[in-house]
Amino acid sequence: MNIYAVQTIYRTEMKRFFRTITQSLISPVLSTSLYFIVFGAAIGSRIDEVEGVSYGAFIVPGLIMLSVMTQATSNASFGIYFPKFIGTIYELLSAPVNFLEIVLGYVGAAATKAMFIGVIILITAFFFVDLNIAHPIAMVAFLVMTCLSFSLLGFIIGIWAGNFEQLQLIPLLVITPLVFLGGSFYSISMLPGIWQTIAMFNPVVYLISGFRWAFFGTADVSIGISLAAIALFTGACMAAIWWIFRTGWRIRQ
Amino acid sequence: MSSIISIKNLRKAYPGGFEALKGVNLEIEQGEILALLGPNGAGKTTLISTVCGITVPTDGSITVGGFDTIKDYRATRDLIGLVPQEINLEPFETVFSSVSFSRGLFGKPRDDAYINRILDQLSLGDKQDSKIMALSGGMKRRVLIAKALSHEPRVLFLDEPTAGVDVELRKDMWDIVAGLKADGVTIILTTHYIEEAEAIADRVGVINGGEILLVQDKSELMAQMGQKQLQIAISDPVDEIPDALSAYALERSEDGLSLTYTYDTTGERTGITTLLNDLAAAGLVMTDLQTKQSSLEDIFVGLVKETT
Ligand SMILES: Nc1ncnc2c1ncn2[C@@H]1O[C@H](COP(=O)(O)OP(=O)(O)O)[C@@H](O)[C@H]1O
Ligand SMILES: [Mg+2]
Repeated sequence: MNIYAVQTIYRTEMKRFFRTITQSLISPVLSTSLYFIVFGAAIGSRIDEVEGVSYGAFIVPGLIMLSVMTQATSNASFGIYFPKFIGTIYELLSAPVNFLEIVLGYVGAAATKAMFIGVIILITAFFFVDLNIAHPIAMVAFLVMTCLSFSLLGFIIGIWAGNFEQLQLIPLLVITPLVFLGGSFYSISMLPGIWQTIAMFNPVVYLISGFRWAFFGTADVSIGISLAAIALFTGACMAAIWWIFRTGWRIRQ
Repeated sequence: MSSIISIKNLRKAYPGGFEALKGVNLEIEQGEILALLGPNGAGKTTLISTVCGITVPTDGSITVGGFDTIKDYRATRDLIGLVPQEINLEPFETVFSSVSFSRGLFGKPRDDAYINRILDQLSLGDKQDSKIMALSGGMKRRVLIAKALSHEPRVLFLDEPTAGVDVELRKDMWDIVAGLKADGVTIILTTHYIEEAEAIADRVGVINGGEILLVQDKSELMAQMGQKQLQIAISDPVDEIPDALSAYALERSEDGLSLTYTYDTTGERTGITTLLNDLAAAGLVMTDLQTKQSSLEDIFVGLVKETT
């Protein structure tokens, strides 16, 4: 194991994050506050409690998930796309590192950044609503798993992307809609019948539901299924990355 | 001397089918400077990339320091430093952190003193905190060299290190290369400048169309360069060279108005005096004489022409 390489990649990526720390943190804090004002205060005042939780509190897990998923994906995809774009990838390819080390470095850093942002949003939320976290350990575990799996997904997107448009395409066209439709701002049980069934095909539903369970002890789907879903998703991303490095797809001709 | 790099029957076809290397065999000796000379598209970069692990070979094998570049890639890549042809650098990084990053990536513990020493050697000492985007092209190339040397490699590949570089920097670069050789580093550089190969290489390899056409000690090549040609213009065309002159292996031009004599300037006797006497004796009237030296360039152009 080339530990120095993993550390070097990880530190360099984190340095990039801290170099722009203000932008990195202000934008999620600001947008979360806006969500609280619009959804929590303005609309929430007309919505009664959802599943025994005030609407303002109810949307907190979904808001965190929304930011964490998009940030993890875009951080990780940019992290590996950038060296491809500016040509410095030659160094990664000619260094004595294997795919696991490269993934650990890039995905580890992207997941850490997403984690940071998730925690910042949670702290912001405490300023707006009363929150009691029912299962703190499960909450952290879910957060970590989500950061990790979506960073893996982002890494795959970054390797696949041939230009900046493609880099933004998947987060924009796939992840954001799935997260919005995945029950970030409502409970799946609030949907009319047929839509409830359709929603069950959205993988994000299981993640948000599980995360919400960790906060409030109630969920759209059982926690076991949520755990299985995120494990499956993480496993699928890992398998895809393993295949990418085995075949050299899009990186090593 | 023993080979540090051994390339056997190496083939590389790019996706799409284009065969950029067509069975390359090459032994690179420990501690030498080998110049790979070839026109654009010859396959120089492809050859280097395949040794360094950036592209995968289609067929054949490569060993570096006795290790296979696929099976023991960690061992081979440890030994190799690469200065790529393109200036691929992260613009927002500082010089020091960029070089330090390379060292870490190659699995070496952080060593600021060592990196400072390399930067000083490459006259980058006062630039270590500068952002890369603020550097001139020549300075960026030095940064690339510093990155390649950051993990103390035993073999250094320089892919067209002096392309688009001004004369002064080119001379600096040659000094740097000479210094590395003195430290025992094996150096392979590609170039399409013949003078460059002449100036610093121990051996010269000529590559074209994905094939190595020749690998020779520079001194042997220089000996070939020592050959000169004497062109003799005569007043009346001859249909064939008179028997009395057969010993000189003269070449007759198509119109029969010119004869060419090839001789060795390094030999004790050139044979010119006797040739001129024998020409007169054979009744040929000379109207003009001209000598021409064959250069490495002629050899090179001749070789490249033969294969196209
Ligand atoms: N990634 C690639 N895909 C397809 N063909 C390539 C690729 N890279 C180089 N080639 C082709 O391979 C040949 C050799 O290229 P290269 O090794 O870069 O030559 P050199 O470095 O001697 O100029 C060229 O004809 C080039 O067009
Ligand atoms: Mg080239």
